[in-house]
Amino acid sequence: MPSGPPLDFARLENFGHSLSSTAFVLRPTTVEEIRTALRTAADHGMTVTVRGAGRSYNDASLNSGQLVLDLSKLNRILEWDSSSGRLTCEPGVTLEQAWKQVEPDGWWPPVVSGTMRTTLGGCLAANIHGKNNFQRGPIGEHVTAFSALLADGTEVKCTPDDQPDLFFSMIGGFGLLGIFTSITLQMKPVASGLLTVDAWPSKNLEEHVHDLLEHAPHFDYIVGWVDTIAGGRGLGRGQIHAARYLPAEQDPSPEQSRRLDRQVLPDRLFAVFPKSLLHYFMQPFVNNLGWRAVNQAKYISALRHHSFRQSHAAFHFLLDYVPSWELSYGSGGLIQYQSFLPKDSAVRAWTEMLALSHKHRLPSYLGVTKRHRPDKFLLSHALDGFSLAMDFKVTHANRQPLARLLEDFDQIVLEAGGRFYFAKNSETSAATARRFLGEEALSQFRRLKLRCDPQGLLESDLYRRVFVS
Amino acid sequence: MLESCSRIREGIVMTPALPSSTDRTSRTISTPLRPRRRGIVIGASSGIGAALARRLAREGYVLGLIARRDELLTALATDINSAAGEPLAYPYAHDVRVFHEVPELLRRIIADIGGLDLAVYVAGANLPPGPNRFDFSADRAMMEVNLLGAMAWLDPVASLFLSAHAGQIVGISSVAADRGRVGNPGYNASKSGLTTYLEALRNRLARHGVHVLTVKPGFVKTEQLKAALKVLFPISADAAADQIWRAMRGRKQLIYTPAWWRLVMFGVRNIPSVLFRRMSF
Repeated sequence: MPSGPPLDFARLENFGHSLSSTAFVLRPTTVEEIRTALRTAADHGMTVTVRGAGRSYNDASLNSGQLVLDLSKLNRILEWDSSSGRLTCEPGVTLEQAWKQVEPDGWWPPVVSGTMRTTLGGCLAANIHGKNNFQRGPIGEHVTAFSALLADGTEVKCTPDDQPDLFFSMIGGFGLLGIFTSITLQMKPVASGLLTVDAWPSKNLEEHVHDLLEHAPHFDYIVGWVDTIAGGRGLGRGQIHAARYLPAEQDPSPEQSRRLDRQVLPDRLFAVFPKSLLHYFMQPFVNNLGWRAVNQAKYISALRHHSFRQSHAAFHFLLDYVPSWELSYGSGGLIQYQSFLPKDSAVRAWTEMLALSHKHRLPSYLGVTKRHRPDKFLLSHALDGFSLAMDFKVTHANRQPLARLLEDFDQIVLEAGGRFYFAKNSETSAATARRFLGEEALSQFRRLKLRCDPQGLLESDLYRRVFVS
Repeated sequence: MLESCSRIREGIVMTPALPSSTDRTSRTISTPLRPRRRGIVIGASSGIGAALARRLAREGYVLGLIARRDELLTALATDINSAAGEPLAYPYAHDVRVFHEVPELLRRIIADIGGLDLAVYVAGANLPPGPNRFDFSADRAMMEVNLLGAMAWLDPVASLFLSAHAGQIVGISSVAADRGRVGNPGYNASKSGLTTYLEALRNRLARHGVHVLTVKPGFVKTEQLKAALKVLFPISADAAADQIWRAMRGRKQLIYTPAWWRLVMFGVRNIPSVLFRRMSF
């Protein structure tokens, strides 16, 4: 096996700790070491997957029994131009590193995920979206250039105009066409470090989706919480948070509000209780009965319309609020099922799905909605409509019924013209993927795969699940 | 498996086939709702090895089966796969005495079956020299199959599991490890060496989250049993495999199978030498 940096055998997990697999892991620190690894893997007939922070909810960065290149140590910021707002960095740089670099100069990443621990390489590979997808599209639309290694070790440089076929397929290509080696991202200017946030309740799913649609154009960000346990007339009730950038004239001291110490999430609750322990105390509530009570309390507190100011970091990185919150789901971990539905069929499909989950007594514990618009990336998950992400607890007893429920969900979503996201759903089958991607996109992907990786060196468990099996 | 792959390929019309390692590797993908564990059984062609392989496949394991006798092994793998309705067992012909083959073969198997969570060493030879006879070549063969082969396989496995902070090792030793008896000094020595080796592995690996189970079968109806002198209430290989599987799940350290042999061997271990050397047992 490869000489050079030490080769590890490791048990790798998904973000939700519900899936693990063992593989050989290499942590390159230079592009040359990636090249050597690719060559050696090819010599040994092994396949290669790239892994960043391991924050995908499924098998996107797993390659069972084969070689995984962990690029989290390839994490140098190569160039930051505070006048143009362009950041060039290696793929292992995290969103946390990125925003901390640019915010004091009056910039903010154009698109961020719910956690800041993700790497930019991973963000591009999945073509992540944020709560501003309807305004700004996925992160790929803000990439001005990237370099990537193809399977044979040659480096390609792509921009939206130069090699557009590679540009629009490698972004969102989950590391199956090439490996990013440097990424240039155009940041967004922000006058203040604060956002003004409006919060209001929605009585049911119809009202919720209506509000997302009507209010989104007036805000920079919009996100909804859905009580996925409540039934009857309150089915799909929830709360919407919508935010705008605070204009400079309303912020008495924008330089102050942009300072990093104003952005950092507190690590203690009520200034005394360490949040790193919080997930232990959440664990007793993470069951059908406990979470119903939690949702009830959350909905009652959401009934008040209110407005407040919040730092960028506090608004965006909800998943980092409780460290290791995933552990509160117990030893089986959790999975996320996210469906993207067209404007007109969302309410009908989600009503059916929520009712079905209640009928089988397999409620989701957390539902999050967003507003989306289509984009022109090859393996895009986006469309003109909405998404609902549902978190499910996985236990030894519920695996089989939950798998059947999600198969039913897939059919409902497909029939409603919906789409799926390869960084989230863990059970999507090849047949389902073929139906929502369409034969044309798949053929184009196959042609590119044969061009960039004719020997099939770049593979992951995700690839074998949705493109081959 | 290759057949079904190409069938699926043909289903995708008018598009070039995707390059994929799945022609040579496991298509049994793990998902959170359909998790899979992966294991190897060394010495899988018959007896306890074959029974345990069938049992593990029923529990959903994807298995690398290793044994010297190619035909038996292939038949077993075919059998397991048709019973499961999916490719779970992958056969590899290998003689455990060819130590230098192990590292590359192990790496290949791990890539083929998609990882490694379990290694079971069952390979064993019992070649009694006969009363008042000594046979070095037989002793050497038993040391090579029973002890050195185990080390050749379990050393690299232990190193991987230590690195992964996870994994399970099962070694099939024997009640013959407990005392040196008149019948077969080479067998006693090889199995007692294996027991001590497994104990040391356990003590090295437990602190890294790796579980090591030592199994001491008494009389189990297998080919090896033909060699045993007296047969007392033997159990079937399937029954032994059941007991081993339960011990694996319960993360036991050492079991006798059948369990009552623990009592027998407690007695045997405590027979003073002054008597034991006069006994023909």
